[in-house]
Amino acid sequence: MPPSPLLQVRDLTTEFRTERGTVRAVNGVSFDVFPGETLAIVGESGSGKSVTALSVLRLIPTPPGRIAGGEVLFDGQNLLNLTEHQMQRVRGNSIAMIFQEPMSSLNPSLPIGMQIAEPLNVHHNTPWAKAIDAAKTLLSRVRVPDAARRVDAWPHQFSGGMRQRAMIAMALANAPRLLIADEPTTALDVTVQAQILDLLKEVTRETGSSLILITHDLGVVARYADRVAVMYGGRLVESGTATDIYERPSHPYTIGLMASVPRLDSAAGSRLTAIDGQPPDLAALPPGCAFAPRCRNVHARCGEAVPVLREVAPNHLSACFLHDT
Amino acid sequence: MTPEPVPLLRVENLQVHFPVYSGVIAQKEVGRVRAVDGVSFSVMPGETLGLVGESGCGKSTTGLALLRMLEPTGGQIVFEGTDITRFDRKQMLPIRRRMQMVYQDPFGSLNPRMTVADIVGEPLDVHRIGDSGARRAKVLDLLSTVGLTKEMAGRYPHEFSGGQRQRIAIARALAVEPALLICDEPVSALDVSIQAQVVNLLQDLQARMGIGTIFIAHDLAVVRHISDRIAVMYLGQIVEIAKRETLYARPLHPYTQALLSAIPIPSPAIEAARPRQIVTGEVPSALNPPSGCRFHTRCPVAMARCKTEIPALTALGDGQAVSCHLHPG
Repeated sequence: MPPSPLLQVRDLTTEFRTERGTVRAVNGVSFDVFPGETLAIVGESGSGKSVTALSVLRLIPTPPGRIAGGEVLFDGQNLLNLTEHQMQRVRGNSIAMIFQEPMSSLNPSLPIGMQIAEPLNVHHNTPWAKAIDAAKTLLSRVRVPDAARRVDAWPHQFSGGMRQRAMIAMALANAPRLLIADEPTTALDVTVQAQILDLLKEVTRETGSSLILITHDLGVVARYADRVAVMYGGRLVESGTATDIYERPSHPYTIGLMASVPRLDSAAGSRLTAIDGQPPDLAALPPGCAFAPRCRNVHARCGEAVPVLREVAPNHLSACFLHDT
Repeated sequence: MTPEPVPLLRVENLQVHFPVYSGVIAQKEVGRVRAVDGVSFSVMPGETLGLVGESGCGKSTTGLALLRMLEPTGGQIVFEGTDITRFDRKQMLPIRRRMQMVYQDPFGSLNPRMTVADIVGEPLDVHRIGDSGARRAKVLDLLSTVGLTKEMAGRYPHEFSGGQRQRIAIARALAVEPALLICDEPVSALDVSIQAQVVNLLQDLQARMGIGTIFIAHDLAVVRHISDRIAVMYLGQIVEIAKRETLYARPLHPYTQALLSAIPIPSPAIEAARPRQIVTGEVPSALNPPSGCRFHTRCPVAMARCKTEIPALTALGDGQAVSCHLHPG
């Protein structure tokens, strides 16, 4: 029997009120995260991948945003029903988040060590002296050299890669069962990016915690993810194991995305296969399938109804009318 | 005997240093950021040179110095046979008609108060090319060249997506029919599916117009599709330069190897089987670069002499040159 999922997101819908009307950034998204696995949520800007992550932790600024419906079941408990006070006990404790920009997510006026120790002090009343000691251990665990001394350093004294290591240390402080990393390496150089992702993979393997990796980088996903969920225009359009998605992509958007990535192992000087057209405007989505205006396999039905996810192979889902025949 | 082909652009030992001052009243120079520190390369007419490296390697500074938007501290820039290193503003004007730039951020590089037609036509006004009717026709022609419609001419930048804005910036750069196009990370702000559109557009334009191009990027995978030759930069210097096929098939500098190894290939099966060379640490400060070989602090195969002796960029044949003590030539 397969293990039961750690996180079950059901029909999640998040809206934002804008000048141009209400925009559904996340539109009926459902997925599971199993213990110990890395799920990558992939999509381009505006696909809803980051809003999905923020919704799980209920970090949507309200107003203008609002979680309009659905369930976020963590360990069977619906996080959307918790009071704000109860939710605070979840954040940074059993679910922790790593953001994209390590400089703006660290407090510039607090030493690194205090920021790593803070979740211990807040959630478990660990005395500060003990918490700072733990911060030293955490810093050396994320391979910050000379951790015992660097625990007193300020964020500006850290390089981009070191700041992201500190962020990971902070997220690990309370041994969370779920880590959510939103584009954790986009702001970093390529060689440092590999170091940070290797570190994330290693710590999740050690602690057995699950990881939701939000990214636009399909190369990163291939290297680090067990399962992949592809989002487009606020909806999940395909999900499956990494091998399913890369070797047997099913949705026309996923197929197009794979073909448009420049690869180190393609024929040099060969042409990329671009997806024509522009990314969808969430405030003016077409009726029907959001990808229809750019799709090569489009037919009349695509403009009328939204295709639902259906199983194209065991545990491999895709939302396209092509699969109906 | 055929004469040596004349390069479109020749850069010799280019240096761009930024002084760092300290003190409140008496400002004293306390150091120099050696952003570009002795870079030499050439670009042949119609050729695309990829300039690749991580942040702080000096690739963008090199691009800006070529257009003389930053003052070179030393070295020589020879463009179409003319030494432009010390040209003043007035002398640079006709040069800028031959050398154009496309920037990274299509949101910051287009004036939000100008229509697309005005943006694309501005270089024609500046250089007084054609009368207003001819300019108008040229602008519409350029828009269709980059895949936009003439209905878009009267619109403003905010009405366009990132990819479309980058097309507008490319049309503007092409307006004066330059011989050299400098593209500074032209696709890194764009989504993957849109990146491919812009890379394809640049490839088509090169094939059609034969413009020499310097393509500045941090991503060796993108550069591979568009460049004839590639120069890899680290901390203000070129560590390796080679023809495209050579660089990807037989990278010799440990930094080039690490950079290639750091880029994942979108295939779980290939990734699982791929040997990895991960370098440790991060790029040191250009204010106080390491002695000897600048890469020695992160190099997995560093030797004792790498700390003290600066390796020269040595030609190894077939257009490949490497600055590493492991490859003395």
